[in-house]
Amino acid sequence: MTTATKTPPKESLFKRIFTRPEKDYWNAYAGGIMLGLVLFTSYFITGNGLGSSGSLSRLVAFVTDLVAPEHVDQVPYLLQTAGGSLNALDSWIIFVTIGSLLGGFVSGTINGRTKFETNKGPQITNKQRWAFAFIGGFFFTYGARLARGCTSGQALSGGATLSAGSWAVMLSIFGGAYLLAYAARKLWN
Amino acid sequence: MTTFPLPLDAIFLKIGVYAIYLVIGFGFGFALESSGFNKSTKLAGQFYFKDLTVFKVFFTAIVIAMLLIFGATALGLLDYNLIFVNPTYLWSGILGGFIMGIGFIIGGFCPGTSLVAVATLKIDGIFFVVGGLVGAFAFSESVDKLSQFFNGSYFGRVTLMDVFDLPTGVVALLVTLMALFMFWGGEKLEDIYGGKDSSKAPKARYIGAGVAVLFAVALIAVGQPTNADRWERIAIERQAQLDNREVQIESLELLHYMHDSKINLVMLDVREEKDYNLFHITDADHLSYEEIPEQIDPLLALPANTLFVVMSNDEELATEAWKYMVAESVPNVYILENGVNGWISNFADEHDEEYITAEKEAHDPDEFRYLLSSASGNKLAAAYPHYEEYKDLKYTPKVKMEIKAGPSSGGCG
Repeated sequence: MTTATKTPPKESLFKRIFTRPEKDYWNAYAGGIMLGLVLFTSYFITGNGLGSSGSLSRLVAFVTDLVAPEHVDQVPYLLQTAGGSLNALDSWIIFVTIGSLLGGFVSGTINGRTKFETNKGPQITNKQRWAFAFIGGFFFTYGARLARGCTSGQALSGGATLSAGSWAVMLSIFGGAYLLAYAARKLWN
Repeated sequence: MTTFPLPLDAIFLKIGVYAIYLVIGFGFGFALESSGFNKSTKLAGQFYFKDLTVFKVFFTAIVIAMLLIFGATALGLLDYNLIFVNPTYLWSGILGGFIMGIGFIIGGFCPGTSLVAVATLKIDGIFFVVGGLVGAFAFSESVDKLSQFFNGSYFGRVTLMDVFDLPTGVVALLVTLMALFMFWGGEKLEDIYGGKDSSKAPKARYIGAGVAVLFAVALIAVGQPTNADRWERIAIERQAQLDNREVQIESLELLHYMHDSKINLVMLDVREEKDYNLFHITDADHLSYEEIPEQIDPLLALPANTLFVVMSNDEELATEAWKYMVAESVPNVYILENGVNGWISNFADEHDEEYITAEKEAHDPDEFRYLLSSASGNKLAAAYPHYEEYKDLKYTPKVKMEIKAGPSSGGCG
């Protein structure tokens, strides 16, 4: 009898990339130092901080401009970003956002954390979690536009440059969340 | 030499500028994901004192960036006047913040963290982003009804240093100490509610805390540059401009820009108020020399096509104002050659003679030279000369509009 040496079937590249062993997140302070260095670099080179909610708003303005350009020209708020021949996506913030999607993807994939999943508290179903995520996203972005920036653009960036208004926004975000935390405890515990 | 931030738009093509933002964004997303910000349960855990990672990452980042920013400004590497500092809109900011807090506890993300959640295929993150897009749409449709609230309570560029009337270094130290106190308390809470054992955490964090405090103390010792320090750094180059008369524009050039719709002309009359009341050019704003420091931030906030022309009776005080403004990085500032006296002698017509009773024979170098029958304000014809009469006369153009070195837009774009 001859023994045929069996080579294990070669795993596809896709599988090898997305089934890497899941690694722990960094130590919180180490993560904070890296985030702080990125934020400082941004201010040092460009004069701008970091942001993200502006991109959502610009994406909406861009789509509105595709669907109903005459409507954009009637709404002053949209006019600023997408009026006339302006392209709402032609902004630095859009590139920060594309970059952060890429950065998140690379870091998540290297460490085996890029996978379809829903994170939720034990007492609710996936569908409930999705519904609450949608509602939360709605509120957050609405509030972020009202406050002219979110946790990144106001609290983090304005916090580091010691803007008084940004510190007020920051305290309100955490204040609002802590006030409502008890009422929302079933979602997470 | 204050060279940062870079005047990106002047150095790179647009694609290069966007490539820089792309790389910065990459670092941003990488840091968020590495810290666990793509996981909603981890984010929400902070509100139940189980997992205060978010607090630690967030305030560590603020402290690190703050210390480096103000360290760089103290050394004169970075110009604080040219970086974007979120303007304060108090009540819309506070209400918006509360609404964000509601969204945070219900949705489990904030916009930045939801993006890295999407990038790592978290389904709840995808729903959050979709909800966010709908929220952005709802806001753009409703903001016009809210515009008074949205744009009210505007205070401009206000910093914690202004609010508490403390030096920058002291504020930086207080923020650092507050963050360290919160880290200490946060770790205690995690021990109680999160079942963690902070005594096993790396001891290196004590060293880090000590370094941060020392750094903040050093900021107090070094201090931030004064206007005189700032002038010192640019004095050689800028004094040469003054000496070569590159920034003193003729009356005719100013008259030309009064009629150039592409330029946002701001004329600043820095004389004493009594002289301004006697006569001033139409649309010139009175800003006494002593008031300039508090007006620097609003002047810096004006659009990029703004041309500043400062004027005094002759040139002496205007030159001091010019130096002050230039040292504070206000772009495109010029001096009216021979000042208001020169302006009147160029443009006074026969109707003005009934007001102008005489010229002082002996006067101080920067004194108003004319004796007027009454305080004429801008009633003289010379206050607003007929452009048609003068527009074909030749002058030596000196204004060169420069692109602002700071960011063209800030905040969340």
